[in-house]
Amino acid sequence: MKFASLFVALVIALAGLPVEAKDTVRIAFIGPLTGGVSANGLGGRNSADLAVRLRNADAKAPYTYELVVLDDECKPNVGVQVATKAAADNGIVAGVTHYCSTVAMAAVEVYRKFGLPVVVWGAVLPDITYANDYKEVHRVNGTMINQNEAAARFMTGLKFKRWAVIHDTTDYGKGHNKYFSEDLAKNGGQILGTFGVTADQQDFSAELTKIKELKPEVIYFAGLTPIGVRIRSQMDKLGVKAVFQGTSGIVSDAFIEGLGPLAEGVVAFREGAPAEKLPGGRAFLDAYTKQKYPDDPEAYGPFAFAAATLIMDAIDRVGPDRKKVRAELNRTRDYDSIVGKITFDDRRQNAVPLITRFVVQDGKWLVWEDSDYASGKRALVKK
Amino acid sequence: MDPGLLAQHAFNGLMLGVIYALVAVGFTLFFGVLDVIKFSHGDVVMLGAFTALAVSAGLTGAGVMSHPLVLLAMLVIAITLMAVVGALLARLLVLPLRGAPAINVLLITLMAGTVIREGVRLFYPQGSNPKPFPRLLPGGTIEIGSFTLRHDSAILFVIGVAAIVGVYLTLARTRLGLAIRAVAQDPETAAAMGIPLTATVLATFAIGSALAALAGVVNGLYYSEISFNLGLLLGAIGFSAAVVGGLGNVYGAILGGFLFAALQTIGAVALPFASAYKDVFAFAAVIVLMALRPAGLLAERSAERI
Repeated sequence: MKFASLFVALVIALAGLPVEAKDTVRIAFIGPLTGGVSANGLGGRNSADLAVRLRNADAKAPYTYELVVLDDECKPNVGVQVATKAAADNGIVAGVTHYCSTVAMAAVEVYRKFGLPVVVWGAVLPDITYANDYKEVHRVNGTMINQNEAAARFMTGLKFKRWAVIHDTTDYGKGHNKYFSEDLAKNGGQILGTFGVTADQQDFSAELTKIKELKPEVIYFAGLTPIGVRIRSQMDKLGVKAVFQGTSGIVSDAFIEGLGPLAEGVVAFREGAPAEKLPGGRAFLDAYTKQKYPDDPEAYGPFAFAAATLIMDAIDRVGPDRKKVRAELNRTRDYDSIVGKITFDDRRQNAVPLITRFVVQDGKWLVWEDSDYASGKRALVKK
Repeated sequence: MDPGLLAQHAFNGLMLGVIYALVAVGFTLFFGVLDVIKFSHGDVVMLGAFTALAVSAGLTGAGVMSHPLVLLAMLVIAITLMAVVGALLARLLVLPLRGAPAINVLLITLMAGTVIREGVRLFYPQGSNPKPFPRLLPGGTIEIGSFTLRHDSAILFVIGVAAIVGVYLTLARTRLGLAIRAVAQDPETAAAMGIPLTATVLATFAIGSALAALAGVVNGLYYSEISFNLGLLLGAIGFSAAVVGGLGNVYGAILGGFLFAALQTIGAVALPFASAYKDVFAFAAVIVLMALRPAGLLAERSAERI
C-alpha cells in the first residue's frame, strides 16, 4: 500500500513536470494606487506590468514572472505596512517601489531589515539613497538636487529675479524648497516669502493674498499635482499675476486635465527625457497602448518599466535569490534601458544627468526647446 | 496693512465661512431631530459636486451651450438627487438604528461616506484625478486698489447667504419647520400631537443634504476644481463648526462656520508662523472654545450633549 501510493505520487509528480516548464518568480510593485496622486501610481503599475507581460511573452526567458501589486496610498504608515508584507514574503525576490518620497523614506528601513532588494522608480528625495548606505536600495530616477540646480539656472537665465515659494510640508516639499532656495541664491535670484502648506489643503486664498502683496515675478511650487492644480486655479481667482513654476511632482497629464486652459505657460522640471524622446520610448508607448490600460503611463511610467526590466534581467542571470539579486543589482553599470544607460554610483543612485525643462502649451507638456515659448512666439509674462 | 488687501482677506474668509456654514447647518439639523452624528455628510457634499459636474458634462456633450441653463440644470439635479440620497441614507441606515447606541450610527455613516467616496473615485471616469469644474458664472472682476472682487465669487456669496436665510425662514415660518422643531424638542410628544415622525425626519435629512449639494456646487464653482476626497476635510470642519456653535442650534452652526473660517484666515495671515499651521491653530482654538463652553457657543436650551 505504501509503495503503491508512493508510486502514484511519483507518476503524478513526473506527469506534472513538462520538460520546458519554467519556475514562477514573484516581484513586488508598490506605489500610490488610491488617493490624490494615484494617477502616477497607476501609470507606474501599468508600466511595470507591461514589462512583466513582455518578459513572459518571451519564450527564451528562463522564468515566468508574476507582479505582486501593493498600494502605499502615498501614506508613510500604509507604505511601511505593505513594504513589510512584501519583504516578509520569502517568495518575493525584489521590488519596484514607491513614487512618494515620504513613503520611500519610511520603507527603506523595512527593506534593509528583511534584505529585500528594491529599485525606486519615482521618488526624488536625495535622502532615500544618500542618507543611509543600504545595499538593498537602488534608484533609477534622478534626485531633486539635479532638478533644482537646473531649474534655478534656467529661470534666472530667463531674467526672472523675484520669487515667492509655496511648498508642502512633507519631506518632498521641504526638500525641494531647501535645494531650490540654495541654488536660487547662487544664481542671484531673490525669495520674497516662503509659505509651507499642508498636502491636502483646499483653500490657498490667504497665502496667495499675502503673495499678491509681495508682487513676485514667479511662484515656485514644491508639491504634488492635486494642490498644484488648486494653487494655480486660485492664483487666477485672486488676480495674482506671476509665472507658475513647478517641480517634477506636477509633470502629469492629471495636472493639465485639472486646470484646462489655465495650465498654459506653467513650467516644470524633471530628470530624464520625456517618454517619446527616450531611446526606447516609442516602442514603450506603442506596447503600452496595445495593452489598452485605462490610465496613461504618466511621467514616471518609463522609470517603473526600466526598474522592473532591470530586476528581471538580474534574476534571469543569477536566479531568484535575494542576496544574489542584490549583488547583481549593485553591480549595474552602463545597463541599456528605455530611460537611457543606467549606472549606479556607490550609493546605488543612477546618475541622470539630463534635466528636461517642460512648459504647458495648448494642453500638453512640451519640452521647452520645442515650444513657442522658446522660439519667442509666446511669452511666459504677458505684456 | 494695505486696506485693499485687508478687504481681500476679509472676503476670502467670508466666502469660506459661507461654505462651512452650509455644511455645518446639515450636521446640526440631523443632530437636532435624531441626536445623531451623520459622518457621511462631507461625502454627500462631494457627491453633489460630482453630480453637478456630470450634468454639465452631459449637457455640454449634448450641445447645450447656454451657461445659465447649464447652471440651473446642475443646481436643480444635484440638489434634488442629494435630497433623495440624504433621505435614503436616513431611511436605510439611520432610522433602523434609532434604538441602538449613537456610536453605531456614527460608524455606519462613516462607512457609508467611505463607500460614496471610493465609489466616485472608482466609477467616475479618471475619478482619482482632480477635476476641473466648469466656469459658468461671469468671470469679470471689480478692482478697487489691491482688492480684486470677482463677479462669480460675489454671486456665489449671495447664493450661499440666500440659501442659509432660506433654511432659517423654512424652520421659523413654515409648518414643516414647526414640525422639525417640534420633533427636535421632543419626538414622543410631537408624535402624540399627530406629527408624522418618519416623514419629518426624512424631510430634515433631505433639506440638510440639499444644502450639502449646494455647498458642493458652490465649492466647485469657487475653486474651479473638485476632487473625490474634498468631503473629508470639509466634513471635519463642518462638524467642528456645528459643535463649537452648539450642536442642534442652526444659528450656532452658521456662527461656527464663519468663526472657523475667521480662525483659519487669522492663522494664515496674522500669526508669525508658517501658514501650514493654520488648521492646527483653528482646531486648537476650537478645542479651547469647547473647554470653555462644552455645549457650544449657542447651546440648545435642553443642553443635550454628545
